[in-house]
Amino acid sequence: MKLAITATGPELSSLIDQRFGRARYLLIVDTPERTAVVIDNLAGMNAAQGAGIQAAQSVIDNQAEAIITGHCGPKAFRALKAAGIDVYLAPEGTVADAIDRFDAGELKLAPAADVDGHW
Amino acid sequence: MKIVIASGKGGTGKTTLAVNLAVALADHESVGLLDCDVEEPNCHLYLKPSFEALEPVGTAIPVIDKETCTSCGLCARACEFHALVALPGAPLLLPELCHACGVCTYVCPERAISEIDREIGRIGDGEVGGLYFRWGRLHVGEARSTPVIRAVKDLSQAPAIDTCIIDAPPGVACPAVETLRGADFAVLVTEPTPFGLHDLKLAVETVRMMDIPFGVVVNRAGIDDSRVDTFCRQESITVLLEIPDSRPIAEACSRGDVFSATDAPFASLLRTFASDLRVRVGNLETHQVMAP
Repeated sequence: MKLAITATGPELSSLIDQRFGRARYLLIVDTPERTAVVIDNLAGMNAAQGAGIQAAQSVIDNQAEAIITGHCGPKAFRALKAAGIDVYLAPEGTVADAIDRFDAGELKLAPAADVDGHW
Repeated sequence: MKIVIASGKGGTGKTTLAVNLAVALADHESVGLLDCDVEEPNCHLYLKPSFEALEPVGTAIPVIDKETCTSCGLCARACEFHALVALPGAPLLLPELCHACGVCTYVCPERAISEIDREIGRIGDGEVGGLYFRWGRLHVGEARSTPVIRAVKDLSQAPAIDTCIIDAPPGVACPAVETLRGADFAVLVTEPTPFGLHDLKLAVETVRMMDIPFGVVVNRAGIDDSRVDTFCRQESITVLLEIPDSRPIAEACSRGDVFSATDAPFASLLRTFASDLRVRVGNLETHQVMAP
């Protein structure tokens, strides 16, 4: 399964980035192999507007089936939902931890955006 | 002539000045007052018109024909404002982000996109208190006010007007710039506080960049320090008027009184300001005509 995970660095040992649209990196991880494609999100991080939408578009274009991030705003959530992508919230830990917890069924599926835009 | 009453900082007294200036000028000529602060219009609280803002203002948004769309994603990639998200099916539209530029319709190779109007606000106009008054209201939740501001400024259906007083929204972002566009003169209202000075500097930078002649009105003069005066002197900016910090003026404002029409102590100062401003802006226009 393909997971898109927001990260502060390009490694599986990097911490989860709490922001979605303005995350530093987006890791597209194949499980169970745990091979990752690293997407540098510097442009999104510094975008004047539409960062969440752009990140959602990257997730969709990379055909991820779910995302794991800290928080997700309303516009990004709408876009991900329209594409049938599930949003899981992991408030702390590394990318590898998040995958472990996802596999163990410990991560919470977000029923809606959990923050306002521009939080 | 078009005179915009603007400010960097909010709450400096733009609306109070705009309404009182318009009423003072209306003794001698036909005056229009346009409330372009469409996110929070307030001029009507003073003028108390019988008419509401009822006429809809729309902006174009794309409609995608799902039958014709091949999910190529070109429209989403072309959209500068990320208002479209390419999906495996037809793209998702986020209407509040759409700036009505039409590029999606233009790039669609299948001609699957057409445009319809979406209402984002309303405008109203009519005669009140010897003035022609025109105002707009942006609907709650809408992000982009400039189409409503443009509609308030469109005087093609309005009666003939000698002088237009335009109440601008605060700040120096798109709504303020849209309001200032085409102005013959800008009156920048500020207050003598560090906040007032900081935002005045931004407003000065904006009108200079837009090449609009301007002057400053200091409201609540005497409450704080002299840094606004010093700044204006250093920058050779004319201080057109100082409105004293006065309880009677504040009380009149809170009652919604238009005091330039009364015999209140401050009214004559305001009427003098109005006639001086008319002469000042009139002279500018003469110079412009005479310039080669």
